[in-house]
Amino acid sequence: MAALEEEFTLSSVVLSAGPEGLLGVEQSDKTDQFLVTDSGRTVILYKVSDQKPLGSWSVKQGQIITCPAVCNFQTGEYVVVHDNKVLRIWNNEDVNLDKVFKATLSAEVYRILSVQGTEPLVLFKEGAVRGLEALLADPQQKIETVISDEEVIKWTKFFVVFRHPVLIFITEKHGNYFAYVQMFNSRILTKYTLLLGQDENSVIKSFTASVDRKFISLMSLSSDGCIYETLIPIRPADPGKNQSLVKSLLLKAVVSGNARNGVALTALDQDHVAVLGSPLAASKECLSVWNIKFQTLQTSKELPQGTSGQLWYYGEHLFMLHGKSLTVIPYKCEVSSLAGALGKLKHSQDPGTHVVSHFVNWETPQGCGLGFQNSEQSRRILRRRKIEVSLQPEVPPSKQLLSTIMKDSEKHIEVEVRKFLALKQTPDFHTVIGDTVTGLLERCKAEPSFYPRNCLMQLIQTHVLSYSLCPDLMEIALKKKDVQLLQLCLQQFPDIPESVTCACLKIFLSIGDDSLQETDVNMESVFDYSINSVHDEKMEEQTEILQNGFNPEEDKCNNCDQELNKKPQDETKESTSCPVVQKRAALLNAILHSAYSETFLLPHLKDIPAQHITLFLKYLYFLYLKCSENATMTLPGIHPPTLNQIMDWICLLLDANFTVVVMMPEAKRLLINLYKLVKSQISVYSELNKIEVSFRELQKLNQEKNNRGLYSIEVLELF
Amino acid sequence: MGEFKVHRVRFFNYVPSGIRCVAYNNQSNRLAVSRTDGTVEIYNLSANYFQEKFFPGHESRATEALCWAEGQRLFSAGLNGEIMEYDLQALNIKYAMDAFGGPIWSMAASPSGSQLLVGCEDGSVKLFQITPDKIQFERNFDRQKSRILSLSWHPSGTHIAAGSIDYISVFDVKSGSAVHKMIVDRQYMGVSKRKCIVWGVAFLSDGTIISVDSAGKVQFWDSATGTLVKSHLIANADVQSIAVADQEDSFVVGTAEGTVFHFQLVPVTSNSSEKQWVRTKPFQHHTHDVRTVAHSPTALISGGTDTHLVFRPLMEKVQVKNYDAALRKITFPHRCLISCSKKRQLLLFQFAHHLELWRLGSTVATGKNGDTLPLSKNADHLLHLKTKGPENIICSCISPCGSWIAYSTVSRFFLYRLNYEHDNISLKRVSKMPAFLRSALQILFSEDSTKLFVASNQGALHIVQLSGGSFKHLHAFQPQSGTVEAMCLLAVSPDGNWLAASGTSAGVHVYNVKQLKLHCTVPAYNFPVTAMAIAPNTNNLVIAHSDQQVFEYSIPDKQYTDWSRTVQKQGFHHLWLQRDTPITHISFHPKRPMHILLHDAYMFCIIDKSLPLPNDKTLLYNPFPPTNESDVVRRRTAHAFKISKIYKPLLFMDLLDERTLVAVERPLDDIIAQLPPPIKKKKFGT
Repeated sequence: MAALEEEFTLSSVVLSAGPEGLLGVEQSDKTDQFLVTDSGRTVILYKVSDQKPLGSWSVKQGQIITCPAVCNFQTGEYVVVHDNKVLRIWNNEDVNLDKVFKATLSAEVYRILSVQGTEPLVLFKEGAVRGLEALLADPQQKIETVISDEEVIKWTKFFVVFRHPVLIFITEKHGNYFAYVQMFNSRILTKYTLLLGQDENSVIKSFTASVDRKFISLMSLSSDGCIYETLIPIRPADPGKNQSLVKSLLLKAVVSGNARNGVALTALDQDHVAVLGSPLAASKECLSVWNIKFQTLQTSKELPQGTSGQLWYYGEHLFMLHGKSLTVIPYKCEVSSLAGALGKLKHSQDPGTHVVSHFVNWETPQGCGLGFQNSEQSRRILRRRKIEVSLQPEVPPSKQLLSTIMKDSEKHIEVEVRKFLALKQTPDFHTVIGDTVTGLLERCKAEPSFYPRNCLMQLIQTHVLSYSLCPDLMEIALKKKDVQLLQLCLQQFPDIPESVTCACLKIFLSIGDDSLQETDVNMESVFDYSINSVHDEKMEEQTEILQNGFNPEEDKCNNCDQELNKKPQDETKESTSCPVVQKRAALLNAILHSAYSETFLLPHLKDIPAQHITLFLKYLYFLYLKCSENATMTLPGIHPPTLNQIMDWICLLLDANFTVVVMMPEAKRLLINLYKLVKSQISVYSELNKIEVSFRELQKLNQEKNNRGLYSIEVLELF
Repeated sequence: MGEFKVHRVRFFNYVPSGIRCVAYNNQSNRLAVSRTDGTVEIYNLSANYFQEKFFPGHESRATEALCWAEGQRLFSAGLNGEIMEYDLQALNIKYAMDAFGGPIWSMAASPSGSQLLVGCEDGSVKLFQITPDKIQFERNFDRQKSRILSLSWHPSGTHIAAGSIDYISVFDVKSGSAVHKMIVDRQYMGVSKRKCIVWGVAFLSDGTIISVDSAGKVQFWDSATGTLVKSHLIANADVQSIAVADQEDSFVVGTAEGTVFHFQLVPVTSNSSEKQWVRTKPFQHHTHDVRTVAHSPTALISGGTDTHLVFRPLMEKVQVKNYDAALRKITFPHRCLISCSKKRQLLLFQFAHHLELWRLGSTVATGKNGDTLPLSKNADHLLHLKTKGPENIICSCISPCGSWIAYSTVSRFFLYRLNYEHDNISLKRVSKMPAFLRSALQILFSEDSTKLFVASNQGALHIVQLSGGSFKHLHAFQPQSGTVEAMCLLAVSPDGNWLAASGTSAGVHVYNVKQLKLHCTVPAYNFPVTAMAIAPNTNNLVIAHSDQQVFEYSIPDKQYTDWSRTVQKQGFHHLWLQRDTPITHISFHPKRPMHILLHDAYMFCIIDKSLPLPNDKTLLYNPFPPTNESDVVRRRTAHAFKISKIYKPLLFMDLLDERTLVAVERPLDDIIAQLPPPIKKKKFGT
């Protein structure tokens, strides 16, 4: 889980930071030390863990540093450029910058780039790149112009990919952005045009980039407050040609678009970015860490004194100018749990500021789908996107729907929901449904009279909801004794807790027959047993004997048998007519179908009143008898309960309530029947066990045939 | 390819002895294994786990401890109270030295390798200095009250831990006095056992002592304070062995239930520097007691009463998929224990202390592939020849004519003359063996049974002329000056002109028997020779190496044959190279000069040199006979390797005549049936 730790200021000394802020913060060759270049004349070396400066160097009055100082990792020296053209190289022992090595170059330097493992590169304002060593060998060498007139370098970054230095820089010309990728070893320069996508007049405020094996992932923070990602191949498919790159949306509205202050973006690792800026137009500036994989805000920190809109990240430290002083915020990203990654956003109670959705949309491509395509393909995608954009109204229907829920009447909501569902499933369908249900339920809780039943039914039937997404839904349905909705939930939700299942069962058993008549439950799991019950009655005696190969006549020790046989008519009647009405049977079947774990279910089953238990047991026994009438041991119907489900539930109920049930006179017959049933099963299995011995003998015989003894002569043919 | 009648023999009642100790040598990547009969075997893990050397056992020499010291020197100690050093070149025991402390239970070489510590029955711990050619007693440590069962040096060499009965002592090496005495809990699952035997200790560099004991516990002790730090109860039976990795980040213990547990030092939470020992992986590759374990950098090695030597690679340490990445179970010796008289259809089986001679049966019936034919005569057990003395038999041989049997122990060489009169056989020992024929590493008769070739352990090869009931020493090829390497494998050409001899590392020497001089030396190869034979007529020497390469070398031309060069150019099939048992026997078909017959423990193969070699895309082994394929297809898919995997584990296979093969199998079930019963473990439902 990404976390920002307590910030600290590097020095109380106020840096001479201009309106532009600092010139740069760069790593030095020691892990804990950083070079800070202010926009004036000074370079300071800080040791971060000690929070104190180790050294400070200034250029002469009248000179001005134009390029942040960097460390040459190969020699341990520091390099800085002042007055655009004058290069200075010094090391820790030097005191005066005036007296150190000096080289005057023939062109203006944009930036010196240095990373661990290679020599520093010098990027000139005209786009040419030189290695520092090569440049120092002949400082006055002619520097060619790479970029066109009026094209200005906006940002640059230097990577080492597979030990090959790769330089990327972004230029801007009349609102168009171009990316140049220079493979320094092979001296291949590839130019790409960055297509801005739907929002043509947005201005890119900040860039950051990370690199993996094949692509440079260039992330840009636009003036509309969204983060876009562009994948730039490291090895161009067709160098020399001008190619276009399309960007894909990564995060939406992370900062307010029209913030007064600058915004900055820095990639922290593969999945996290840090964004500096104000989340809302009016609010204070904030440093926030976003997980781009899950599109969640991981953590954020308010910076009330304002920043310069600059952000650097090295190692585990984020550097920024907070107020007037350089502030360091340690950043840590430890192994995180899913729950943690699902967002640390506070549940916003304020209905007005519904900024970010609670539901993660897993369906939309997370930056992996829209990779780099060659220019022709990307243009096609752009065109399609444009069409989509034009189709969508200014306010998306989802937002409209959400606002409707908050205010309008049930009828109106229903119409709106239906309208929304009729629409083609949009990529954020899940999210919208989730938000809608949450909104509806919140309103239900707030207004007891508000119960948009039809709406909820429709939403449940979209198959995208689950219990954990909206636990309140079943709670409200239980309160309202809405068996139809409960049945629907039981059928649709995969993750209902056992306590809720049990609460449903209680309601299903206790609800009066007359109130059941009014409801409209789904009857597909119930077969109308009454239709062929007359026909069955004749078969009854026979089937009972034949079932499972058990003959009750063999059963000698059963003294209750006689008692049972006294009222044969009762028995037949009891077993053939369904003990519950059809609608209740349908509801109970929904319970039988639901998933559960015994350990969690048992304690809740004990709370059900005894007469209801008996009723349910009778029903289950009835189902069992119906099952065993059939050779395949299944019930007729479209989606009937299976034999295993029936047996498991019988066992569960008896386990939970045996002491109660055994005391009830009306349950006695049922128990005796069940006892007989178990007995018959046992005798069947004992018969099977007997057969198993014979089978084993047969197997042994078969093995002996293969076992050839100690000596044999065989024929072998090799092919 | 050919139809054969196969005598499928399963009456070779061979049971390997249980493994008592293993000692891994990191420097040479070799493993020394001692068995309960006193045999010591050396496995070269770099050479595809080939058992390259062995020292025959001795009845009175139960090895209890084995260790490498001074780099490559191997020492063992046992219940006869002696410390022995083995000569790995000449393959004999350099010397045996009584430690005068009664039976020795444990031994450990100091981290520097210059000192040897033994723990004795009388409770004494004795320190020996290793001198270049011997060991020298230095001093006793404080006498303990009961036997010292386990010893371990602190990596710095300043302290040692000694496991005894009911307690562990820590000694200061300089003073020889006990610094700490840590009492081990006798309680076993709440019941107080009579004694708690500390079977193994390991002293880590941070001062932790790990002990394993008969109550099933693995315990961690702090040697500085002498306190128990942590205890893991891992078995209901004894934990008998422990071995720690060199990096001290993992160790392995073996229990009497046959389970091997891997413990690793892992961080308490991710990214935390605090680490703790965690039991990570249990392995159950043994059915019986795991008497000993070793920890190589990439594998856990275990051995025990069930006679298997198991190498379990640690997958996280193995980078490439090669031999090291596969689980390996070595059960059978990598040398031939069976010889065969083709003329009389006799098989001679070699056991540790006796020989058995069997006559194969016969049949008159014929059949098709896979049929078992009715026997007209069953196999007969003709002879049971017991050795005299406590020494194990090193090697044995029956002559092709069946009238001579020779075998050798470490100190004596025996030659017998067999006479067959109808169904009776009489046995007469040839007496007065010359002194130089004291001990042989390998014995071979020439094809016409007139000559006997003996590789003695001094490196000399003797040729003995046999005629009638007498023998005459013809010649001795002395080893090249300066080498003492013993020859382990012999092969003679069917015409009796050439004799090939191979040691464990140098190349194969070929001698001209007629002119009694060295003919040539086959260039040395990186991997040891596992089997070799000389083909009739062509006099091509076929050599199999432990990396599964097979070479054919023409003796008259003194060069590799064209076929061999082709094979080397194209390379063997990858599945051929991935087999994990060495080829132990090579023979030839008298009528088909293009065929080479060879086998390892799990397959038998006829190489037809006239057919194209398989490449990696072709199917190397096709167990199903070609059915409805046309001749063209068959010819196109046919390749040189004809493999049969019907007989396994296959200890011996040879051609008796053109149409008859003999295959000696030893099913593992039969071995297990003869082992002592394992500790009964309660299984579900029993």
